[in-house]
Amino acid sequence: MLMQNIPWLVMMIVLPLVGAMFCFLFPQRVKLLGLITALVIVVSVTALASQVVEQGALRYAVGGWGAPLGINLYVDGLSLLMLLVTALVGLAISVYSIAYFNQEKSQHFWPLWMLLWTALNALFLSADLFNLYVTLELLGLSAVALVALAGGANALGAAMRYLFVSLLGSLFYLLALALLYHSFATVDIAILAQRIEATPAVWAAMALMTAGLLLKTALFPLHFWLPPAHANAPAPVSALLSALVVKASFYILLRLWLEVFPLPNAALVQFLGLLGSGAVLWGGVQALRQTRLKMLIAYSTVAQLGYLFIAFPLATSMAWKGALYLLISHALAKSSMFLAAGNLQLFGGHDRITHLDRVAQRLPLTLAAFALAGVSIMGLPPSGGFVGKWLLLDAALRTGQWWWAVILILGSLLAAAYIFKVIGHAFTQAEVPHEEGEVSRMMEWVAFVLALAAIVLGLIASWPLALMDIGTPFNSGVAQ
Amino acid sequence: MNWDAMLPLFILASSLVPGLIIFTLPEEAVRTRVTLNMTGALIKVALVGFVIWGVLNGHHYETRLPFLPGLDLVLRADALSILFITLSTVLWLVTTIYAIGYLENSPHRSRFFGFFSLCVTATIGVALAGNLITFVLFYELLTLAAYPLIVHRGTEESHRAGRTYLIYTITGGALLLVGTVWLYGLAGSLEFTHRGFISELVESHRSALIIIFTLLIAGLGVKAALVPFHGWLPQAMVAPAPVSALLHAVAVVKAGAFGIVRVVYDVYGIEFAAGLGVTLPLAILAAVTIIYGSLRALMQDDLKRRLAFSTVSQISYIILGVAIVGPMATIGGLVHLVHQGVMKITLFFCAGNLAETLGIHKISEMDGVGRRMPWTMAAFTIAAFGMIGAPPLAGFVSKWYLGLGALEAGQDWVIFVLIGSSLLNAAYFLPVLHSAWFKKPMGNWPAERSFGRMETALTLLVPPVITACLVLLLGLLASAPFSALQWAQFITTLEYAP
Repeated sequence: MLMQNIPWLVMMIVLPLVGAMFCFLFPQRVKLLGLITALVIVVSVTALASQVVEQGALRYAVGGWGAPLGINLYVDGLSLLMLLVTALVGLAISVYSIAYFNQEKSQHFWPLWMLLWTALNALFLSADLFNLYVTLELLGLSAVALVALAGGANALGAAMRYLFVSLLGSLFYLLALALLYHSFATVDIAILAQRIEATPAVWAAMALMTAGLLLKTALFPLHFWLPPAHANAPAPVSALLSALVVKASFYILLRLWLEVFPLPNAALVQFLGLLGSGAVLWGGVQALRQTRLKMLIAYSTVAQLGYLFIAFPLATSMAWKGALYLLISHALAKSSMFLAAGNLQLFGGHDRITHLDRVAQRLPLTLAAFALAGVSIMGLPPSGGFVGKWLLLDAALRTGQWWWAVILILGSLLAAAYIFKVIGHAFTQAEVPHEEGEVSRMMEWVAFVLALAAIVLGLIASWPLALMDIGTPFNSGVAQ
Repeated sequence: MNWDAMLPLFILASSLVPGLIIFTLPEEAVRTRVTLNMTGALIKVALVGFVIWGVLNGHHYETRLPFLPGLDLVLRADALSILFITLSTVLWLVTTIYAIGYLENSPHRSRFFGFFSLCVTATIGVALAGNLITFVLFYELLTLAAYPLIVHRGTEESHRAGRTYLIYTITGGALLLVGTVWLYGLAGSLEFTHRGFISELVESHRSALIIIFTLLIAGLGVKAALVPFHGWLPQAMVAPAPVSALLHAVAVVKAGAFGIVRVVYDVYGIEFAAGLGVTLPLAILAAVTIIYGSLRALMQDDLKRRLAFSTVSQISYIILGVAIVGPMATIGGLVHLVHQGVMKITLFFCAGNLAETLGIHKISEMDGVGRRMPWTMAAFTIAAFGMIGAPPLAGFVSKWYLGLGALEAGQDWVIFVLIGSSLLNAAYFLPVLHSAWFKKPMGNWPAERSFGRMETALTLLVPPVITACLVLLLGLLASAPFSALQWAQFITTLEYAP
């Protein structure tokens, strides 16, 4: 009963924040403190999930102050799923990082990573636009700092560019926020949804917010900053950025379009779909052209993000669920891929694709992880990626918009091409070298378990899909 | 627990579980690996035998698991799946013995046998699939599981073959997927049903159904090596001999042909497919493939390439049998599914023996090889005559029913295709036999290995001898109960309205 009385929503934000402070205060013990925090967060999200499954969507007024004055937290199926994936990927990356970073790097990594986790959880729970802004800034700043962690000119340059993009995106968002607050005197999503009207100010706000968030989500052609930032960061950070951070701004976009701006605008949604298609094709082609493994994976992220925007012109409940399913499976598969790439790089000292064969044969488990994650990225059954693509394809054909189906298929073919470009190197006649690398078994297993999770997601589809219905986030707005 | 609902799952697990364990084994664990392989293969034979017995006694074996919203993962042992699982289970057992002998002391055996088992698991899944989505799942799994086997040797040539294979099959898989999703959107169901489940849509969605049919057949035709989608198959010849045997007789190519059978009979229903006017183009495509494959086979000097083009041609007999609308032709096509498998696996085993024992890869090197390896060449001869269609061998039975079926359906042109193809078969097999038995050896063999008093290793010799005997028996005992022919006749009664 005690478990039922704890406001787990708040705990989701407090726990990583406290963890961050402890990591900062006791730099000698960061690894232990970080791992404990990660485990406690997983427990807390499980408790929250059981609460939500029992009671439906929850709203919590922090300190008893309701909207429009106080801070409101809100959790429905959509946010819960994002929290669950964040916790799962977060735990895996935490375990991996213990082995990956030396003590000195760890002292920088852990406080930042815990802050990032706080920002993510708070973002997924925010019920008003201003809190979303605050969490978005916190997220962006900690992410930039993490990219810079790798050191070196490449990483610093990428981090700098990332910082500018992040600030610019937030600035757009903040401007739009001011416009909305001026017109409607509230920033609470639910209240705003009732008051909103199609005035020029709203249109301007909608355009500004969308543009800012698209920049942060790295939708083609605003993706230029993503590949260098994701490819030059340390492996666990790359995994975090690709799996979770870019998804956060997409999540805000989804909330806005579903709830705040339920203004059907055919031209705009088609435009988003078009940009998404551009991302799928351009990202795929660029991934195929890369000579470095981490750049290839980063461009794959650009392509995979494109799929999410194909749901906008389809706009049925099935399409939203398909996009969300792709988002979750991509989070698992892509973090696995980056961690696998980290293993290969650590072992071989480089990540040039053409010279991977000796390394790949020495780390079969890592390669298996990459291959399994690849199955999900390609959208082949059984995998989470397949379920997502199936739902999107079904929605495209049912609504008679077959051209999006063509894009989905072309994207899968491109993905197959760039993934097999890597996997082919496992089957060469290169001799198996016998020198020992510094890749621990734990790091290999973490990558493998994440990939396996992406596959399993294809076999238990009914459960996450049922979860998405809690609070019916997809039955309002554009979905109608 | 309900055993009838679990049995299809056990049949899958009997190759999946050993395969997964084998992946984790170190290279030196030869004995454990052999034990696992053989145990899995034998258990599968026993389970399949039990299923046949059960089905005859009125049991209904079906596993149903929730998969996608509104769609289940269904594994069902119906008459058609039993035909295919029996074939693949028996031939898997034989091929496993052969592969153990063939790969002795070569590197990466754990990887090889792991994917080998996965491949068989996927094939069994394709056979047992009770609806189109389950079929697609295992079909794609097969695509992926076969790739490491094709590139197993790791040479530049095998990588090229692997790439070609992937380009063809992944594109094919994508077409199949689009067709499946579209069909689901229209019909609201994907459950395989005797005589099809689209009858209500024929009036309202005629053109959509024709496009979907084309998508499905194109997707399946890639694996079944229908012209013009056959390009990958001859290239895939660089794979080790047991892989070629498996690819051509049991797994990949057969899965495509089996899929076409399923789509025509249990998705569209043969009568509705004929009503849509899609069967005649399919028959013509199959006929073109038969003749084209034979012509290309004639031009090859590389033995395995000749056999590969022969497969291109022979697989289309199955499709031809399906596309000539009539019960007799159906029997001919279905029975060829089994007969072609047994004959072609024999030929590939023999080709592998020649390569392993004497280093022979080309037909021009085969002069007088019959005296050096009499058992191998005897098996080869039986299978080759079977392919040509000489009575009383298995191939004759298939061709006989195909011919009868064509006449019964009033499609007389098919007779000319059959005669032409048989002549071509003779033209590309008889010279091989002639030089093997009647010409004098040219001197030293390219790369001879000695096996004492035996002509080659026992594990390499026994499998082709067994399958050659099967070729003989399937022909001689065609009308005995439980023969492939009897079973095909039984299936046919289910697919045609009384």
